[in-house]
Amino acid sequence: MTAKKRIKVIMAKPGLDGHDRGAKLLARVFAEAGMEVVYTGLRQTPEMIVEAALQEDADVVGLSSLSGVHNYFFPRVVELLKEKGLDNVLVVGGGIIPDEDVPGLKDAGVAAIFGPGTRTEDIVKFVEENIPNT
Amino acid sequence: MENLVPEVLQGSIRAMAKLITLVENEDSRSLEFLGAIYPHTGKAHVLGITGSPGTGKSTLTDKITAVLRQRNQTVGIIAVDPSSPFTGGALLGDRIRMQRAFGDPDVFIRSMATRGNLGGLARSTTDVIKIMDAFGKDWIIVETVGVGQDEVDIVKAADTTVVVLAPGLGDTIQSMKAGVMEIADLYVINKADRSGADALVTEVRIRVEQDAQIKARPWQTPVLKTVAVEDQGTESLVEAVDHHRKFLEESGKLKKVRWEKTRQETLSLLKEEISRNVLEKILGNGRFDDLIDDIIANRKDPYTSVKEIVETLFSDE
Ligand code: B12
Ligand SMILES: Nc1nc2c(ncn2[C@@H]2O[C@H](COP(=O)(O)OP(=O)(O)OP(=O)(O)O)[C@@H](O)[C@H]2O)c(=O)[nH]1
Ligand SMILES: [Mg+2]
Repeated sequence: MTAKKRIKVIMAKPGLDGHDRGAKLLARVFAEAGMEVVYTGLRQTPEMIVEAALQEDADVVGLSSLSGVHNYFFPRVVELLKEKGLDNVLVVGGGIIPDEDVPGLKDAGVAAIFGPGTRTEDIVKFVEENIPNT
Repeated sequence: MENLVPEVLQGSIRAMAKLITLVENEDSRSLEFLGAIYPHTGKAHVLGITGSPGTGKSTLTDKITAVLRQRNQTVGIIAVDPSSPFTGGALLGDRIRMQRAFGDPDVFIRSMATRGNLGGLARSTTDVIKIMDAFGKDWIIVETVGVGQDEVDIVKAADTTVVVLAPGLGDTIQSMKAGVMEIADLYVINKADRSGADALVTEVRIRVEQDAQIKARPWQTPVLKTVAVEDQGTESLVEAVDHHRKFLEESGKLKKVRWEKTRQETLSLLKEEISRNVLEKILGNGRFDDLIDDIIANRKDPYTSVKEIVETLFSDE
């Protein structure tokens, strides 16, 4: 790894959920932490998100969901990443996600879930400490 | 790390994506990999899309790609956005407008941050073009950052440069007099659904006529109107690009331009290599910092000192 390496993040909104304030906020937060953030916009299918991660050679995929579709979309993204050989990509999620859903999502391969009120510094710290060394 | 080049040449998207990252990071092995890529380049047509922020470059790129895909041409897209000079981070938002191209296995989109480069592209954009070319993309579309006046590196990278203007953005000739107005092979007035579009078209046409009066040119720059969001005018735009490509080939200009580009590129590689090696030698032994102390203390001056350093360097050999 060289000194010029920068963390590359895909920030995506899976499904039809139109709440994009959190995703846009996080895109800025990651960029201001020195990362290169590709914001893919609303209404993304898991296939689109994973394709973006593949082409952009992303280190991190961030998923934001406030409409209750996380239990389907988040595990599906992890599964497709594995299919494409992108096992190393760190998947993190946030939004409105009930506590009881978190263990299941983690079992499915989502590294962490951050809900409303999380300090953005903590999110950045988690990502910086958990991205895989390639 | 394994050699990624054979995999890229065999069509591995993953390998291409990883190789691009190495090149962006100026990894120590990237020159070796680019050397192996080079013999396989020179087939793609490189289309540059430039213009002020928000004129519709990404939207147009998406629609142009759709037209090329209908012709069964494969496409690589490089979308450049600026890095923050303060944090080094970047928000790369061009993909949002490229939803149509998304999901097509024969379209590869890569967002790039400028990482401090000022000419409207990233330093490694030309190398990334080569990688996509060697991979076998028929067309490579490069969207620059939203430019002001003098960010014109795109001419060095593209075979055909499209300058996109839009009404209502202060895009008048006055505001774009230098640089950007001198590099167009094709003007596109996008957002032609907005008022002021026809006036802008007229203004630009007059400019093109003036250009021809000032100096005879073999290529007359067309001025086209588009409504990218409604996919109006994009077919004609691609046809105009075809004409330009034909002009380049038939007039022999393509050969000349590529010769000049190759010369420039090789020269700048040479300069980099020389300065890297020489600086390593000079900065390696700590005497340079002593010299700075001397300069600060007025015992020496920087102008004479630099000459002395270079002279000793060559007398050593
Ligand atoms: C603002 C808002 C809206 C706005 C959205 C504007 C916009 N463009 O985003 C409007 C008015 C349009 C709206 C509409 C609707 N809303 Co609304 N909305 C909210 C509200 C009040 C705040 C959301 C918000 O923007 N928060 C601010 C951001 C910054 O916070 P955040 O997204 O949670 O992000 C933080 C964390 O979650 C985390 N995070 C988020 N994403 C990610 C991603 C990653 C990778 C990481 C690491 C972290 C992370 O980090 C952030 C910082 O701490 C919430 C209630 C609430 N308290 O959350 C309801 C809420 C989300 N809405 C709700 C509903 C039901 C709707 C509607 C269906 C209402 C209706 N019947 O019309 C529509 C649907 C719209 C649509 N198309 O999807 C429900 C959802 C219920 C559910 N999940 O079961 C909520 C929870 C309200 C409620 N209690 O009922 N809404
Ligand atoms: N009315 C109108 N809006 C358009 C047209 N083309 C693009 N837009 C809108 O203009 C805005 C900017 O479009 P982009 O394609 O992102 O422009 P861009 O030049 O790539 O922008 P930057 O990359 O940020 O410099 C978007 O909201 C588009 O939907 C058009 O022909 N007419
Ligand atoms: Mg754009």
